[in-house]
Amino acid sequence: MSGFRTATGGLIDRAKPVNFRFDGKNYQGYAGDTLASALLANGVKIVGRSFKYHRPRGILSAGSEEPNALVELRTGAHREPNTRATMAEIYNGLEASSQNRFPSLKFDALAVNDLFSPFFAAGFYYKTFMWPAKFWEKFYEPMIRRAAGLGRNAGLPDPDSYEKTTEFCDVLVIGAGADGMRAAREAAASGVRVVLCDENAPLAPVDLPDRVKFLPRTTVFAVYDGGTYAALERLTDHLPVSSAPRQRLTKIIAGRCILATGALERPMVFGHNDKPGVMLAGAVATYITRYGVAPGRNVVLFLNNDDAAGLIPVVVSAGLAISSVVDSREKSSDLVYQLAREAGAPVFAGAVITRALGCQSVKGAEIRLHGGTTLRLPCDLVATSGGFNPNIALTSHFDGKPVWDDALYTFVPGKLPPGMEVVGKAAGQGININIKPCWHVGAYPGKSFVDFQNDVTLKDIKLAHQEGFSSVEHVKRYTTLGMATDQGKTANVNALAILTEVTGKPIPETGTTRFRPPYTPVALGALAGPHKGKHFKPTRLAPTHEFSQAQGAVFVETGLWLRAQYYPRPGEDWLAAAQREVNTVRNHVGICDVTTLGKIDIQGPDAAKFLECVYTNSWTNLAVGRVRYGLMLREDGFVMDDGTTARLGEQHFVMTTTTANAAKVMQHLEFCSQVLWPELDVSFISVTDQWAQIAVAGPDSRATLAKLVDAPFDISNEAFPYMGCAELTVCGGTAARLFRISFSGELAYEIAVPARYGNALAEKLMEAGAEFGIVPYGTEALGIMRIEKGHAAGPELNGQTTAHDLGLHKLLSKKKDFIGRALAARPALTEASRPTLVGLKPVDGLTVLRAGSHLLPLGAEAVAANDQGHIASAARSPSLGPIALALLANGPARIGEQIRVYDPVRNGDTLAEIVNPVHYDPSGSRLHA
Amino acid sequence: MRGHAGWAPAWRKAEPAPQYDVVIIGGGGGGLSTAYYLAKNHNVGRIAVLEKGWLGNGSIGRNTTIIRSNYGLPGNIPFYELSMKLWEGLEQDINYNAMVSQRGVFNIYHSDAQRDAFARRGNAMRLHGVDAELLDREQLRREIPYLDYDNARFPVQGALVQRRGGTVRHDAVAWGYARAADRRGVDIIENCEVTGIIQENGAVTGVETTRGRIGAGKIGIAVAGSSSLLANMAGFRLPIESHALQAFVTEGLKPLIDNVITFGAGHFYISQSDKGGLVFGGDIDGYNSYAARGNLPTVEDVCEGGVALVPMIGRARLLRSWGGIMDMTMDGSPIIDFAPVKNLFLNAGWCYGGFKAVPAMGHCFAHLIAREAPHEVAAAYRLDRFAEGKLIDEKGVGAQPNLH
Amino acid sequence: MRIPCPHCGPRGVEEFLYTQDAEVTRPKDGGAAPTKEWTDYVYMRDNLKGPRKEYWYHSTGCHAWLVVTRDVSTHEILKVELP
Repeated sequence: MSGFRTATGGLIDRAKPVNFRFDGKNYQGYAGDTLASALLANGVKIVGRSFKYHRPRGILSAGSEEPNALVELRTGAHREPNTRATMAEIYNGLEASSQNRFPSLKFDALAVNDLFSPFFAAGFYYKTFMWPAKFWEKFYEPMIRRAAGLGRNAGLPDPDSYEKTTEFCDVLVIGAGADGMRAAREAAASGVRVVLCDENAPLAPVDLPDRVKFLPRTTVFAVYDGGTYAALERLTDHLPVSSAPRQRLTKIIAGRCILATGALERPMVFGHNDKPGVMLAGAVATYITRYGVAPGRNVVLFLNNDDAAGLIPVVVSAGLAISSVVDSREKSSDLVYQLAREAGAPVFAGAVITRALGCQSVKGAEIRLHGGTTLRLPCDLVATSGGFNPNIALTSHFDGKPVWDDALYTFVPGKLPPGMEVVGKAAGQGININIKPCWHVGAYPGKSFVDFQNDVTLKDIKLAHQEGFSSVEHVKRYTTLGMATDQGKTANVNALAILTEVTGKPIPETGTTRFRPPYTPVALGALAGPHKGKHFKPTRLAPTHEFSQAQGAVFVETGLWLRAQYYPRPGEDWLAAAQREVNTVRNHVGICDVTTLGKIDIQGPDAAKFLECVYTNSWTNLAVGRVRYGLMLREDGFVMDDGTTARLGEQHFVMTTTTANAAKVMQHLEFCSQVLWPELDVSFISVTDQWAQIAVAGPDSRATLAKLVDAPFDISNEAFPYMGCAELTVCGGTAARLFRISFSGELAYEIAVPARYGNALAEKLMEAGAEFGIVPYGTEALGIMRIEKGHAAGPELNGQTTAHDLGLHKLLSKKKDFIGRALAARPALTEASRPTLVGLKPVDGLTVLRAGSHLLPLGAEAVAANDQGHIASAARSPSLGPIALALLANGPARIGEQIRVYDPVRNGDTLAEIVNPVHYDPSGSRLHA
Repeated sequence: MRGHAGWAPAWRKAEPAPQYDVVIIGGGGGGLSTAYYLAKNHNVGRIAVLEKGWLGNGSIGRNTTIIRSNYGLPGNIPFYELSMKLWEGLEQDINYNAMVSQRGVFNIYHSDAQRDAFARRGNAMRLHGVDAELLDREQLRREIPYLDYDNARFPVQGALVQRRGGTVRHDAVAWGYARAADRRGVDIIENCEVTGIIQENGAVTGVETTRGRIGAGKIGIAVAGSSSLLANMAGFRLPIESHALQAFVTEGLKPLIDNVITFGAGHFYISQSDKGGLVFGGDIDGYNSYAARGNLPTVEDVCEGGVALVPMIGRARLLRSWGGIMDMTMDGSPIIDFAPVKNLFLNAGWCYGGFKAVPAMGHCFAHLIAREAPHEVAAAYRLDRFAEGKLIDEKGVGAQPNLH
Repeated sequence: MRIPCPHCGPRGVEEFLYTQDAEVTRPKDGGAAPTKEWTDYVYMRDNLKGPRKEYWYHSTGCHAWLVVTRDVSTHEILKVELP
């Protein structure tokens, strides 16, 4: 044996050396090594410093339960703290660093915490750092925060990409050890689809039938309802950094699940049991057999069961010396005596290791023999085994709790999630043979660790009990036991057992901590998947998007849509552009894409009756070819949405909704039709995306459209008056729908064509209107004009307003049932003192009014008791100056009065006059031109 | 420095007495704070708190620790501001370090309309004397540079900030109130589940529990997600649905996020605990649940929101997720009122926002129980406000609990 | 959680929206006045444990409204029917 690598053996590929760096030093390992095995092979014993006391720590285990060997892996934006060295496969160029130490691993300045440890015992936060109170935030808290956490996040956007997929199967087998392999083969033999997951890399070749889909490097980390299992597959973590997806979140939908996750070994609790060189016995065996690494040259084995005795022949054949076997059982077992004899090692029965000796790493073990005498043996490796705990975290993700087994001295599965069964060691079979519990070796002046990562000692547990915390839940929170990144896998059972000794209550009464997802930590990026950055949500483009782009539009997010906000000419800011667009519309003509407003096509013999149910006003009397404004309430009487609905035929209507509420209204209509009025013969479908709809507005809008509509359609004012609708063709045969409705308050139309013609229609309109100086206008101009006209929109339809608030109470039919009718009649929804819609303009005619300002009476103190309402929408009208729409207590009765507009968060405080909300053309004459 | 060897157990393990003047059902934040303020501020006689499990095992021990009073409606603001003031004085009051950390709550906005809605709320706060600031993009970027300002699907435009908002160590709140109440003679009785409410002549007279019958002059219900179950025992219904909420924490990291930040274009909020874990959450799962756990789509949604707002957390690892039962009301605001049965009082409907209210809900519930009149800042939290239409609906989404 | 839609088969819960209790019925009196029957319908709920009937909408699927009988303590879905 050279170095700590065995001469032969292990599943690593000795033909493929791998170069890596740890704490700035170059090392070499082999393909198949983890960082832990490679460091051990190179004789590196100390890999980090503990959280609280900054004690030197080494490698305890060989798996994902590792509490100590946490490193920062990779550099730059790829840097990832708290990575278990036992799971990180090395690759050429890998860079890793130890954590939680300054200036270096060897000489950590904060190790002084260890000396003050009586002060830092459990719960110290709560009892200290209080007076003086202001020192907590200024001084104490930043200090504690800086000392907290183990690793540093890179502080840069995560550059890696992550995938998501779904797997369906009849049987999911979790764990590809002997138990899992057997289960997978049996299930496959019965002819069903099988998925087999294992969290480790497949170092040995695996022989499975084709029907089994084998996913190595895949951790099933959570169980959810409906046979849904969440798994994380490490795709390229074991390879040099590249642009390939790093990890994949796989949702496995399984008919049933077989848990074959084996059992995790628990350490013995004795003095300085955290010293580098103290390892789990099974881990020592794994390093030798799987990785060809001997973690030491001279081992003392400390056990209380027969399972761990299997280490003895393994270390012997690897060429290590075994200086003794310390068996806490009063009578050791025949198996131990036999194996120890063959190895030439003495067995000390009824003995315990009281403490590990050595400064920064193990140099010896102090043993208390059965008679009481103490013996010190030199060694560089202490292998401990306190028994095995079935690895059954997943069984308790629902409401089941593991159950204490008095014979095995561990927890076995209790109530299981539906569809799950547990086999093999995970079910408690074949473990803890002849075990006699040895939860700790007795009080010793020197720390005995129970939870290594959070530095929780035997004494801390006793202290928690003394404080009055005897449930394990309380102990956990008070001491932070089990709350580190290893989730207490090597600590929980020991802690529970120690607690029962202290409280005198049996384990079932003391409780058991339930595990919660995830089984091992999962990167948030993997849970988020590919929907990041610009792909966080889909982007919906209007059918005139390319047209608007070509016209130089600036776009704005409106829900998931991008809408043209304004079309700036050179030198224009948003306000100049919007005001020019408004002026052009009001004096000539403009076009604006209004496709995003919901459009619902409603047909059937009972279509009109159906509208009667969902709208507050009347519909059966709407003539074919006419459009009407509709108000929709929620069942609680508040306004849900508004829009216009056009009657294209006896049994054919097209409803519009606001952009924001399109999906919600659709859902509501479906509820009304399927659940409340299933007897009505009506069908409907969303056609928002199917029709491109463009508003054509302004005095020259008719003349513009006249050039596009096909004969014999008559667009004259007499033949097609305000609030008319029709189906027709345009541009020589393209199907279209025309609605004479106006959001702007000008003579206006909305023309709809199949969506694929959106850009073309826009171009045709621009051509037709060129002689009138037509312009495209965006949402800013749209907003200015609707505010000028006092139309309620999103800020007024905010879910807190009623029909009365908006001046729309006349639309509430007194003759029929409709959604919201009963509750809308409640006095609290109709009283005049409610904030009600009015218009505002600044008294000085100049000061910009802002939505979100509150309204106070003149001369009143600026306190809540005097708050009378707020500005919902505001605009800077090119013709009227600053204007606003507001909701003001008793508003309509106060027109002509002045009000104080109070906006402290933007340093605003001005006076406004209360006016009619229809600022522009109150008589509406321009609509009928 | 004797390793804390001299500290006494935090509260007595009281045995239930046959009769109390006031019995509080529920040993969470609401129940414990109520008992404390009853004992401290009022002269009501003997008080017991009945907790069905171990103290602190409900939502008080599972929440995301945020405190703030940045509400928008007049029925809410004074109440939550009272709570903020009580938080600010709590540690001196109960002599237990709750680690109140007023590191600022930042509500990010992403559009003009959202900015104006936040301004409306901020102005309402200022009118109530509560601190509120509106930051624009550049101001926000100087304070919190690591949000996605350049590649976001929904651009970050600024934030509404309450500087006095922040976080508190939630376990300490339960233990601190428990110890303080216990010191004033309150019996805290754990592992005592109420199985029935005893009525005589239209008034409550006691409770049946797993530890026997306990007589009571007055009974206060403070059981959060289980409110409807207790109401059912007393023969009435509530405007509440109990919903699943999940919350999450990452592995411990060196200081990374110094404030509480909420996403305005998705459901996500985040802060960092003093132990280094990033504590975050998002929306409720959306369906009724008494199982105290949720499902994967919500986990994915929350993490998507997180990575969208704070791209650097993509590499942080989720360490633990857990769930709780939220008593969601029909307007998203709580109920502190007389129950429809004499001598029975109700403190319920805290949705997912009860933690920040713990001091004030205790203070006001104690006032209601002792004086039989609502405290002025909680006067709007009446049970009959739903039928009357005097709803306190901050989000404006109406009578569907899972939308609040 | 997966919900077996009668039209689409078992689909993940993310395709559905839960809105309200299906154990309450809209009053049939035409709604002329805000009676207790109306306010109870809109606001008051049993909200008890065990199997409940709920309205779920297959929002990113076939748009069917479903009456789902589901145990709210275990999330187990017992029955799915059309209204």
